[in-house]
This record gives sequence, C-alpha cells and structure tokens, in this order.
Amino acid sequence: MRPYGALKGRRQPAQIVAEGLEKDTAMNEQNLRREIAAVKEGRLSRRDFVQRMLALGLTAPLAGMMLAHSGVAMAAQAFPYKPTKAGGGGPLRILFWQAPTLLNPHFAIGAKDQESSRAFYEPLAGWDAEGNLVPVLAAEIPSVANGTVASDGTWVVWKLKPGVKWHDGQPFTAEDVIFNWKYASTPETSAVTIGDYKDIKTIEKIDDHTVRLVFSQPTPQWFTPFVGGRGAIIPKHLFGDYIGAKSREAPNNLKPVGTGAYLFVDFKPGDMLTGKLNPDYHMPNRPYFDTLEIKGGGDAVSAARAVLQTGEFDYAWNLQVEDEILVKLEAGGTGVAEIVPTGNLEFILLNATDPNVEVDGERSSLKTRHPLFSDPAVREAINLLIDRTSIQKFIYGRGGIATANCINNPERYRSKNTSFEFNIEKANQILESAGWTKGASGVREKDGKPLKIVFQTSTNGPRQKNQAIIKQACQKAGIEMELKSVVGSVFFSSDIANPDTYSHFYCDMEMYLMTMASPEPQVFLSQYVSWEAATKANKWQGRNISRWQSKEFDDLYNELTRELDPVKRAALYIKLNDTVCAGRHVLPELNRPRVSGIRKGLQTHSSGWDNDLWQLPSWYRES
Amino acid sequence: MGNYLLRRLIVAVPSLLGISLILFVLLALAPGDPFGELASNPNIPPEVREALRVKFGMDDPIMVRYVRWLVAMIHGDWGFSFASRVNVDTLILQRIPATLYVVGTAQLLALIVAIPVGVLAARRPYSIFDQIANTFAFIGFSLPTFFTGLLLILIFSVNLGWLPFVYRADIQATGWMWWWENFKQAVMPVTVLGLYQAASYTRYVRSAVLDVIKLDYVTTARSKGLDESKVIVKHVVRNALIPVVTLVALQMPTVFGGAIVTEQIFRIPGIGSLLISAILANDTPVIMAVTFVFACLVVLFNLIADILYGWLDPRISFR
Repeated sequence: MRPYGALKGRRQPAQIVAEGLEKDTAMNEQNLRREIAAVKEGRLSRRDFVQRMLALGLTAPLAGMMLAHSGVAMAAQAFPYKPTKAGGGGPLRILFWQAPTLLNPHFAIGAKDQESSRAFYEPLAGWDAEGNLVPVLAAEIPSVANGTVASDGTWVVWKLKPGVKWHDGQPFTAEDVIFNWKYASTPETSAVTIGDYKDIKTIEKIDDHTVRLVFSQPTPQWFTPFVGGRGAIIPKHLFGDYIGAKSREAPNNLKPVGTGAYLFVDFKPGDMLTGKLNPDYHMPNRPYFDTLEIKGGGDAVSAARAVLQTGEFDYAWNLQVEDEILVKLEAGGTGVAEIVPTGNLEFILLNATDPNVEVDGERSSLKTRHPLFSDPAVREAINLLIDRTSIQKFIYGRGGIATANCINNPERYRSKNTSFEFNIEKANQILESAGWTKGASGVREKDGKPLKIVFQTSTNGPRQKNQAIIKQACQKAGIEMELKSVVGSVFFSSDIANPDTYSHFYCDMEMYLMTMASPEPQVFLSQYVSWEAATKANKWQGRNISRWQSKEFDDLYNELTRELDPVKRAALYIKLNDTVCAGRHVLPELNRPRVSGIRKGLQTHSSGWDNDLWQLPSWYRES
Repeated sequence: MGNYLLRRLIVAVPSLLGISLILFVLLALAPGDPFGELASNPNIPPEVREALRVKFGMDDPIMVRYVRWLVAMIHGDWGFSFASRVNVDTLILQRIPATLYVVGTAQLLALIVAIPVGVLAARRPYSIFDQIANTFAFIGFSLPTFFTGLLLILIFSVNLGWLPFVYRADIQATGWMWWWENFKQAVMPVTVLGLYQAASYTRYVRSAVLDVIKLDYVTTARSKGLDESKVIVKHVVRNALIPVVTLVALQMPTVFGGAIVTEQIFRIPGIGSLLISAILANDTPVIMAVTFVFACLVVLFNLIADILYGWLDPRISFR
C-alpha cells in the first residue's frame, strides 16, 4: 500500500485529502485482500506477505493484524524470559513518587492506584508495546476467525485460562468475570470502571471457563471490558457481599486476594505496599523476585535519583522530570531512563467560539464564532509559529517528540500525510495576503480587530517555557499574545463555577496534555466530535473543548463506530486524524512518551498501552 | 485550680468550633476537585465523576456539609478519605509512629544540644565560645530544612553512599540489624530537624540564663562559697528553664503534627506527608481531620503550658 505518498507535502483543503484517501484505500483494499487470500491458500508464505507489506510502507504489526483478522494465525507473542525457576531474585524495590492509596482496581482514581492494584489483580488480557492484545487470564485472544468474535460485533466469547487460582486457593472461573461486570456496572458501587461495562447487555456463562459478552449494540471495541489497566478482575467469593452501596466496607479493599504473581503482605495507604512470591502462579518459572516492595511519596526528581544515581531502588515510576536533569542523573551509572512510546498528546487548541461575548449566561457559546480564529489564515499562521523542533530540543528532550498528528501511536495508525514547519516569514505572508495589516503599534489588525490573543495553560515549568517560545514567534509576526497560567488543581478541575478550568476555555488559546489510554484511538478521537462540545448545558463535561465542529469529521466518526474490519478502521483513523489537523483548531505539538527509571539489568517489557506493571510477573534481572 | 481548669476547658469549646468552621469553609471555598484526575482520562465518562461527587455529598451547600461533618465528628466518626476510601482515623494512626519517632527524637536532640550550649554561652557572654555558638545558631535557623536536607542527601547518600535517603516504615531485618537500619535511616532527618530546632532553643536558653545569672540570689549562692557547677545547675538553670519549659510544651503539637517539608524530602510516612498529599489530592476529610486534631493539640498544650508554668513558678496563681 503506497501510503498516500502523492498527497504528501502538499497543502490541500481537508476534503481533497479525505477523497484522495478514500480512493487510495479502496484500491489497496482489493490488492490486500487478494494477497491475504494467497497466504491462506499457502501460495504465499506469511513471512513473504509481511515483507511485501513492509516494502509497501505498511508496518509489521498492521500486516500481522490483517492476517489475524482474515483467519491466518498470528505468531505467538513471546517475551524473552530467561530465569528457569521461580524465585531467587531477591527483593524487587519499586518507587512511586505519587503514593498508591488504594488497592481495588474498580476504585482507582489515578494511574498510581491502577498500578498498585495490578500488582495483585489481573485482567483477561493486556496490551503490548505495539498495541497487540496479549492473554493473561484468558486462554486465547478472541478473533472473528476462531468464531469467538461476532462478525457484526454484537458479542465476544472469552475462553478463560484453566487452573488459575486466587491467592486463597479458590479457583478462578466464569462466575468471577460475570461478577465483576455486575459489581462495576451497579451505580451505587461508585466504581470508576462503570464506563467500560455500560455497553454490556448481559454476560452468558457457557461453561466454567467460557463466557460470552453480549453487547447492546454492535461494538467494534469488544476489547474494552476486562482488558488492560481498568480491566483487572476481583474475586466474587470475597467481594460478592459488597456490591452496591456497601462497596466501601469490603475488608478486602485493602487486602487484595488476586491471581497475580505476588501475594499481598501489607499495605499502608500513601506509604508502603509489600508482597511476596506466589508459589502457585499460573505461568511457569514466574515470578523471579522473592519479595515486592512498592514505596510511595516524595518527588519525581529524588525518585529518579534513587534509581539512576544511588541504586537504592530498582524501578521508579512516571518520572516527570526535565530531560536535562535525567541525563545528569543517568551519569550516576546505576540505571537508565526508559522511554516508553504512548499516544499521549500535548496540543494547542484555538477556540472556535468567542470567549468575550456572553450568550444566555455562557461565554464561549456555540452560538458565537471566534472573531479572529474564524479566519483560516490566522489559524494557519499560528500553526506556522509554533517552533516544535526547538520546543522538543530545548524543553522536553526525550520526553516530548514534535509532531503534526493527533494520533501518533500505535505506529500503524500514524498518518504520513501531515507535516509541520516553523516559518515566521510565511506566517507573515499569509496574514498579509489575508488582509491583516500592521498598525502603528506593530500589531496586525483587520476591520478594526487587532490580533491580540490570550493563551492559557496549567502552571508547570516546561509549559511556561513553551508558552514563551510561542509568544516570541507570534510577536515577530505581528500577533500580540498575553500569557496566562492557571494552577493545575484549578485548571483540570470539574468545578462548574470556576471560569478558569480548561473545559470552560474562556480565552482564545490553550495548551494541555490528553492521554490516550487505549491503542485503539476511537475513544480518544471522540474529543473532536460536535456533540461532545463542552457547554453550560452539559456542565462543561463535554470532551470537545475547542468546540470545533465539522460534519465531515462527525460522519467519519460515526462510520468508525460501526466498522469492524481492522484495515478499514486503520484507514478511518488516519482520515479522522487528517481531518482534525486540517481544521487547524487543534494544533498537535508533542507526543509525550512515558518515562520511567530502571536499574541496569532489570527487564520490564514496558508498554505504553497498559500499566507500567502489566508484565510484573515476567520482570527479571539480567546479571 | 479545678475551677480554673474547668473554665479554660469551657472556653476551649467555642474556639475549637470556630477553628473547625473556618477550616471547613476555607477548604470548601478552595478550588480543586478530588476527582480531577478522572477528567483527563477519556475512558471515564464525566457522569462517573458527577455520580461520585453526589455520592460523597460534595455538591451540597457548605453549611449542610459542615453540620454533617460536625455531628459525625462528635460521634467519633472522622469520615473516610476520598482518595483511599479508608477511614481517616486508621490513616492517622498508621502515620503517628513514624512522626513520633523522627520528630520526637529531633526535639530531644535539640534540647540535648541547646541546653548545655545555651548555658555555657550565657555563663561567659561575648566570649569566643558565645560568639561561635551565636553564629551557628543564626546560621542554623536561617537555613531552611529543605536546603540542609538536600545538602545532607547529596553528601551522605549520593557522594559517600553511607546513608539511605528513602525512609521505610517496615524494615525487614531483625534484632540488632533492625535497630541499626532504623538508626541509619533516621540520622539525616533527625539531624536536619534537631539542629534547626536547637538553633532557636539555644537563643532562648542563653537569654533566659542571662536574665537569671545576674540576680542577687546567684551572687549570694556564690558568696556562700558554693561550687560553681552547683550554682549553675541548682540555682541558675532550674529557674532559667521555666520559660524554656513553656516553650517546649508549646512545641509539642508539632511533634504530633509532623514536619511537612522534611517528611516529604526523606519520604517519611508521617502526619506531615499525609497532610500534604491529602492537600494535593483535595482529600477534604483527611485535611479536615489532621488540621483539626492539630488545632486541638495546640489548645491542649497551651493549657498544659499554663499549668506547668504555675507549678514551676509558685508566684503565679490561677484565678
């Protein structure tokens, strides 16, 4: 598949790009299907197929996925694991500078709590670094070819791994899976995982180790429930009596009895979590370490120091530390910073509505249009004034990769049609030819409207530096920019009465980070659809913050929610990405990977699509 | 005396009520949301956040919430943490030992250093020893603990590698090793806190001793031919320490309240670090409980200081 190379580098309106894509995919789809058939019939080896796909500019994981979907078995996912027996590795010391506060995956407010729960509880499957599903408590990954996923996406059958035992010796069965759905989806339980289970109509028990999830409507994302960070499963026999309003009283909320590789020993919320080797773990020769210690508290820099410089700890989670400091600490020689690719996006939003006019008690109302940004030339100019390369080089280093895309990972969904450029001269030209002329003060204006912009973000060292770089460039193009920073706890709060939150967006331009939790960007992309616009009516809970509305995008998104074919979905993701980017109300800036500190020799198989501790049972130390 | 005590206790009630009301209203008015972190996760629908707010009663009017909190508190129910869904009293009890150990030892160290140094300095004012002691005292309380803490970490953990800088509440060693490990990990935080406190105590002790040492009864004791050490210990220090005892009593609440900065730097699981992480997570029930307990301790130790004062100095009477 020639990845839309003809269109590369040419600036075209969104429609043309989209049409071009449509033709390209249609043509390539036929060819692809012919070749997949060839592999199936044995005329073409799997290896040859993947190589041919690579030559055509397609990534190996996508090629693998296409084969899998078409009924050609995927190569088994195997991580190198050297220890030949369980235990013998001594203690494993992990440092979380944000301390875990609870151990029930259904109550995990932040990532830290998901991680601590994951040390003991496991989901049916996890996501590897390339965004492929890897079975954990499941015997295999469901697929259309095996007849375990409905071709219309209305149900999925999960076969559970036999012989798995809870830490108290009880068997893990289909009943536990069904219970977790009931537990989480009962609103009185106050589970934060409720959203993942709301689309399930019912779960049928086929036998003790097989369940069928029936969805209320066709659900291409059948892999949301029971998978990954929020999919960890708790035992029915211990939580069964605590469904609903009594959920907080369950004694096991703080004493997890899971299926994981480590048995729970002790937990002090906000401080220390300890565990020890589970001799009955369901994977052979695992775990390698005899005891597990997760210490919480402190700050990110000293956490980095404890791993990279003094070696007091083996692993430090989520090192939000400036790269410059990390490089210095790495010189200490006991560990290295591990950069794990994710889809997390640091982006800039240009308000589509007018923040300075109040309509029905609401600023930035959908009934208004932004006086400056309604001119595409202004948006185009600002996009040219963001010096992404310098921002990466001088501020974020390895922690922020300059990008022109909303979807950056998994690689198979990354668009190659977009590009970014820093060009003050060109920005000046565009503004000049659109009729924005410089006044006496050096600020451009048109029809009496000066190009004055208020740009806000959360208070955070790198972000303020980032703002300053953009402001400087804008000045040179005759745009006056006022910088504003709001304390993080206010900016990201859901306080309806506070006008300074990111979701009120009562200013012209803002910048923040949006995490992409799943390798399937469908949910991630819902932040650009029209009906998600944040308004007074939905208490600013809508996810579309820029309030950019495009029928074209909405239609493509609706198509996506019905599409099951992974090849078509991949094409749709790229098309959706290109449409948002072409709109220029959403300006992607950096793709922010996850950074953790690991002591030399420790093997972690980290993945940006799952918890950092997702492969904890298979962690080992290479001597 | 009994009357005095009763009156003081009755006066304490409205002041504690006032404190709790101010704390509660301040916290309620402060921006922030314990479920803010859910907002940036696209997979958690906003309704979940709303439901949690409603369930935890966060959308009710402030006064309703205050009265509800107060009634529960009077009944001994401290509420539960929004962040960990654990009862607040359990959380606080878990943190007390580390704080008592580290901050308590630091206070002891401060007294052990401050009393002899202060007395010796006052015995010969403006001598070389006094000058040196004064200089160090000024340096001591001018340097903030976060600075000295980081300095010690840099020297003893990073460069020399002698001491750990991450404190553990559960050390797995047994017997002597356990004591040794506990000693090793507490050395730096205790030194930082102890010397900081010692610096200001030294100044107090010095001026208190100076006040007493010039009095006539000291001269009388000396002219009776008493041994100089006896004069200092029995006649001077005993009387000079009265204001110091009060000062130490007033410092006692901090022994329970923990040291926010130092606990954070050395990752000591004490009350101070509980408070700061609760503040960062907008975990109102925990903040309320910790600050309120602290307020009660301040009121209580003020009372104790007053009573001690009268007991040590019979010239003061309670009316």
